[in-house]
Amino acid sequence: MGRGGSVNPSPLLKVTDLSKYFGGVRAVHRVNFDLREGELLGFIGPNGSGKTTIVNLITGFVKPSAGNVVYKGREVTALAPHKRVLLGMARTFQMVKPFYQLPAFKNMIIPLYSSRLKKMVGGKYGDRDAMALDLLEEVGFERDARVAYKPASVLPQGYLKRLELAKAIALQPDLFILDELFSGLSLAEVASILPIIEKLRLEGKAIIMIEHRLKELFRIADRVIVLNYGEKIADGKPGEVMGSDAVKKAYLGSE
Amino acid sequence: MENAELNPKSLKKRRKERIDRGIKIRSNDIFAVCSWREMLYLSCPRLIPTVGILLLPLVLGVYWQKVYLSVAVFALLAISWDILAQTGMISLGQALFFGIGAYLSGIANHYWGISPFFTLPFATLFGGLICTLVLLPVLRLRGIYFSMVTLIIPLMLVRVIEATRIFGGTEGLSGMTSLPSKWLELYLISAALLGALFGFRRLMDSDYGLVLKGIRDNDRSVINAGINIYLFKAQALFLASSVGAFAGAFMTHVYMFVGMPVFALDYSILPIAAAVVGGPGTLAGATLGAFILVPLSEILRGIGGLRIVFYGLFLVIFIVALPEGIFHYIQRKYHHFERWVEVDQ
Repeated sequence: MGRGGSVNPSPLLKVTDLSKYFGGVRAVHRVNFDLREGELLGFIGPNGSGKTTIVNLITGFVKPSAGNVVYKGREVTALAPHKRVLLGMARTFQMVKPFYQLPAFKNMIIPLYSSRLKKMVGGKYGDRDAMALDLLEEVGFERDARVAYKPASVLPQGYLKRLELAKAIALQPDLFILDELFSGLSLAEVASILPIIEKLRLEGKAIIMIEHRLKELFRIADRVIVLNYGEKIADGKPGEVMGSDAVKKAYLGSE
Repeated sequence: MENAELNPKSLKKRRKERIDRGIKIRSNDIFAVCSWREMLYLSCPRLIPTVGILLLPLVLGVYWQKVYLSVAVFALLAISWDILAQTGMISLGQALFFGIGAYLSGIANHYWGISPFFTLPFATLFGGLICTLVLLPVLRLRGIYFSMVTLIIPLMLVRVIEATRIFGGTEGLSGMTSLPSKWLELYLISAALLGALFGFRRLMDSDYGLVLKGIRDNDRSVINAGINIYLFKAQALFLASSVGAFAGAFMTHVYMFVGMPVFALDYSILPIAAAVVGGPGTLAGATLGAFILVPLSEILRGIGGLRIVFYGLFLVIFIVALPEGIFHYIQRKYHHFERWVEVDQ
């Protein structure tokens, strides 16, 4: 999969004038941005600034009021969400809702059932289990401790978030959209996830991260977009963005 | 489990151990061919119902054989309901599946004189297809909205038949060919029940079944795996409605009659009661529920007017005392079976 560093003139994802209005509320208003292959783009902004709505608009879970989304040169604005996944776009959810009564690795079966992977995984009874266990080991489910066999209901949040990430990795997408992957995690847990993201970057995957943990995000992000009241107020390298007055105003209140 | 007692002669301790533990550790629940006791432990849950269902028709009297047919038909409807429920579709209209199957085989037999051996598979397949097509537009509805539509459609069909007088109107169609022998009837429905029970249980345990259950628990997560949930819902609907349609078609040939009562509310409500009393989500529970509720209703026939009251009371008591369902209760107890083992000091 290593396509990292290849120079592609057209961006992987192009978002133009994307808007979403819920009644009179401007959840997202005329947001434009491009994403290159292999780029890590962070979205930050105060609560309710439209970050998750943008994820929902890109992945198709919510239909935009206006604007369009072009992925891999293809207009996907009206495409059903599962078809976008088949094009190579996978997201994680902010609120992880695994199948609690099932062993963790059984949670991986559904993404492995995807027709995106049908060629690789056979259709026989239970034969996705081995692949599920391998994938979970990659994200740090210790095989020796048989963590993957434990029901999801007893796993701590750090494992559940990694399970969520593994479900996205299983789909082998070219674009990851991680919605507040670090929220609710301890520093140690965040530190255990960062290497997984670094590895995805080395494989040349493009990543969009919605994040409240600015310190960790700024360490890995190539570019950061700041949202406030559904509008883009800054776009640039992490250092530049934090220096801008608009951002200080949005985060710290007006002075 | 740790209240071990000392045996002075052999200097060995005895303690109780769960039978299923060792099996699970060695084999991850798949095989255990180490001792006859473990093999028996593993095979009993499958063996007892199979042998029971196959022997029952032999030991029952003529009247109870008729009841048995009804039990098996309701068990199939309850299985059909449970398949849908496991996919997140709460149906209040098993009567739709039952009635469509009943009318299809009735029409094929009455007007064209086709033998039951062909009307049964025909009604199963096309009944499933028709029901799926009818409900296709409402697959997007969730929860109670889906339930309401399934409840209304069979009630509407009754009125359509009444008003347009098609297929015999209120009189229904009679004079259908029955199956050649009573024993064929009994063993055809037994085989169908066993096939549906074990076949669909295996299906729901497979990766495919996991996707169906995933749609119930968290459909967004399934969509996010690039899976078209409506396609899978439609497939589950087809499977469930085929089972219901077979039950209906079978009953047409047993009663040698098909009419408006096949869309009656009984065929929608009793399967749900059976699944709830037996324990939903297992198919076995639904079957068990039908095997309890239908005979109970027959036994209560003797007490006359208060029958429904006693029946209702029984339902309430069971649901309050065992909200998880009888099957889940038995299953839990079965997993807790213990045996004495000797352990080295």
